[in-house]
Amino acid sequence: MSHDHSLNPETMPQEPEKATHEGKNKFLGLWFFLGGETVLFASLFGTYLALRNSTADGPSSQDLFGLELVFIMTILLLTSSLTSVYAMYHMKNNDFAKMQLWLGVTALLGVGFLAFEIYEFAHYITDYGFTFRSSAFGSAFYTLVGFHGGHVAFGLSWIIVLMARNAKRGLNLYNAPKFYSFSLYWHFIDVVWVFIFTVVYLMGMVS
Amino acid sequence: MSSAATQKRGFGAMLWDYLTTVDHKKIGILYLIGGGFFFLLGGLEAMIIRIQLLVPENDFISAGLYNEMITMHGTTMIFLAAMPLLLGLMNVIMPLQIGARDVAFPFLNSLGFWLFFLGGILLNCSWFLGGAPDAGWTSYAPLSVQSPGHGVDFYVMGLQLSGAGTLIGGINFLVTIVTMRAPGMTYMRMPLFTWTTFITSILILFAFPALTVGLFLLMFDRMMGAAFFDVALGGNAIIWQHLFWIFGHPEVYILILPAFGVFSEILPTFSKKRLFGYTAMVFATILIAFLGFMVWAHHMFTVGLGPVANAIFAIATMAIAIPTGIKIFNWLATMWGGSIRINSAMLWALAFVPTFTIGGMTGVMLASTVADYQYHDTYFVVAHFHYVIVGGVVFGILAALHYWWPKIFGRILNEAMGKIAFWLFFIGFHLTFFVQHFLGLMGMPRRYWVFLEGQGLDTGNLVSSIGAFLMGIGGLIFLINIIYSSVKGEKASADPWDGRTLEWATASPPVHYNFKQLPLVRGLDPLWIEKMEGKGKITPAEPLDEIHMPNGSILPLIMTIGFFIASFGFIYQTDHKAWLIAIYVGMAIALGAMLTRSLKDDHGYHISKEELEREAE
Amino acid sequence: MANNPNTSKLKMNSFQRQKKKEEMKKQVISFALMIGFTLIAFGLVGFSEMDSMFLVPILLILAVVQVGFQFYYFMHMKDKDHEMPAVMIYGGVFAAMLTLAALIVITWW
Repeated sequence: MSHDHSLNPETMPQEPEKATHEGKNKFLGLWFFLGGETVLFASLFGTYLALRNSTADGPSSQDLFGLELVFIMTILLLTSSLTSVYAMYHMKNNDFAKMQLWLGVTALLGVGFLAFEIYEFAHYITDYGFTFRSSAFGSAFYTLVGFHGGHVAFGLSWIIVLMARNAKRGLNLYNAPKFYSFSLYWHFIDVVWVFIFTVVYLMGMVS
Repeated sequence: MSSAATQKRGFGAMLWDYLTTVDHKKIGILYLIGGGFFFLLGGLEAMIIRIQLLVPENDFISAGLYNEMITMHGTTMIFLAAMPLLLGLMNVIMPLQIGARDVAFPFLNSLGFWLFFLGGILLNCSWFLGGAPDAGWTSYAPLSVQSPGHGVDFYVMGLQLSGAGTLIGGINFLVTIVTMRAPGMTYMRMPLFTWTTFITSILILFAFPALTVGLFLLMFDRMMGAAFFDVALGGNAIIWQHLFWIFGHPEVYILILPAFGVFSEILPTFSKKRLFGYTAMVFATILIAFLGFMVWAHHMFTVGLGPVANAIFAIATMAIAIPTGIKIFNWLATMWGGSIRINSAMLWALAFVPTFTIGGMTGVMLASTVADYQYHDTYFVVAHFHYVIVGGVVFGILAALHYWWPKIFGRILNEAMGKIAFWLFFIGFHLTFFVQHFLGLMGMPRRYWVFLEGQGLDTGNLVSSIGAFLMGIGGLIFLINIIYSSVKGEKASADPWDGRTLEWATASPPVHYNFKQLPLVRGLDPLWIEKMEGKGKITPAEPLDEIHMPNGSILPLIMTIGFFIASFGFIYQTDHKAWLIAIYVGMAIALGAMLTRSLKDDHGYHISKEELEREAE
Repeated sequence: MANNPNTSKLKMNSFQRQKKKEEMKKQVISFALMIGFTLIAFGLVGFSEMDSMFLVPILLILAVVQVGFQFYYFMHMKDKDHEMPAVMIYGGVFAAMLTLAALIVITWW
């Protein structure tokens, strides 16, 4: 049989991401990886929670955090989760152009999120002198939020490479699992952010 | 692509073949070679420790070097010897046992191996670059943060690399077992070794991220001035202990469960009976894994977690004795009334049962919190974990090597040498470690460089060191056996032991695509079923058709070399900022390799039907 | 050999199209709910005078429900063929809970 898995609406399987053996493997592999990531972030959250009050007389969470910035970042990332759902919807309808469009929107929202995060960090460092080294709280904060930011940056590079690579060839059974894996990964980043804005920012402003 | 052509190629071509291979059997062999090499290093370190403790107040090595020896002995044996040897066995055997042609992610399989191997090399580079890590294999903060020089930095980066490799391997095995079982191979028909591979991989998946985070925190503290463990800035050293043991205790089961799987294969084969209580064995494995996650704090009884926490962890720990006991009795019942053949593989399995039981019982003793205040950090603990890790894991690996050697390499290991090595190692082992129980009870602390004369510790330590030499000689004979057998060993048939599971239905060694036609599995012990029904051959589940195989790739090695270079950059950038270049260059190489991988489509190749027919035996 | 795409050829019929549309509608609803929960959470912190004893559990519950939507609707964990993913995610959550318990409850001096 040939390697040409190109699709048209006639040959399109219901779930192109799982139609091949390799696709099914990728799908499960990424899910299992996310299971491991859960523990990774739990360890980071736990470390943060153990050290959140260890400010060493430096700025505390109440001094630092503001609602507006975090709210904007949250909306950006949540929306990007929805746009990647739209992209997958169009993938299943075999509408490559629309899928690329929505993935592009997702990436833009991700870039926006990352830009705000960099601004936020710069703001803390320059205006408050609150750095990675100033206290155990500082180390824990930048590590937890930075790990999430790093995941966002990695996801962005991933989707940009995927989109560029496949721009001319369209959707096929070889790359559909790759797009789908990205979308799962991206949702998971959002899941982590939900806990970050709740546990780090909102709870940090309360107590 | 035939195996005859492979043998005729020159050394360079063979080396290239192994550097680029994605074949699970070859990667398994690489794991065995890598793990074996580090096992020798770890063994050498053990000998040096025992020479130092031969007589009271010895000055064979300095105190600082002694600290480096115990650290590297523990780290090497756990991360770079025992685990890779088991991963190697899993890699070769598990796909054969489930009737698959390869693992789910052949490329990642290769990446996992190279990460482990170069991580181990990185760690051992420290010997030549100003001193090895010296904060113990547990690297407790704040000692590990305070430790001068770059030793602990090598520990952090080396383990980070090899840990990532292990995590990749774990995910790979999980997906392989979920999606690639042959037709008819339901979960409850999987051989026990495959089951333990599956459960072990789950443990790897959930335990290693905690170590990853712990190592990152230590890395940030040591190399970037963070304050996680710096009490002056509000840090808390207990975090390291928790993260380390949340990983570390499941790690113990990551080591022992595959060994349990090995014995559950060997004992039925050489007793000519099916495994007694298969279902109970499977659920005992799952239960051990589940409980194994909830007991990490028993390593921390003396930290001061308080009586409530200590009591909970003590009870949970003791509960593990129940599923383990189920296993012990099932192995005994498997042998009961069987037609037992004793050879080297079976000897190791037989020796395992009582040895491990002793280790298990001292484990329950240690679980008793109040008593643990006496045992903690004494040679009693050292004796306990060597009884379970050597008596369980190393015996398991040696049994597995004797058992599967014909399958992996096509030659049978010499029986006479195998038995001599066994008796020397077995007697040596008990001499070395049995007395250590009493040394510990007499109050000899672990990790001490010297002990004083006239405190009743002299004889025990002397006996222990003599035992260590016997183990060393036993190990050497096993090594000679390997060399001898690979030259002059008896050629193995496909099924030299009258086996029961699918791997014995393939050639020895198996062709690179394992099964010409995927096998049809009709029950537990599929090959045995076919033998009993007089066919002796596995029924194919599909007509002969072309086979899809993955392409080899050098990218995993290049990627790992990138990380390797970057690790040096991270370690030395604290001395001079110019080392940042190494980080950039290394990461550029690694990311470039990743980019190449995603830009270049790799559809694999096909072995045509005609070619398969030509290769008919 | 892996599945031949021709064997799994399925025409895109109107029934399936309809099903996908409905699925999409559910996802939009979950998104709206998620945004709603987010607004409530931020609102409670920004404008209410609630005691943190009550506020923190409410915030955590809101977060957990939101994450449930992400997993079950956006990531399709409710669909069939997601048994193993669910096992691994819940396994991860189990290990995560233990880790959190360790670092929150029994980490002190």
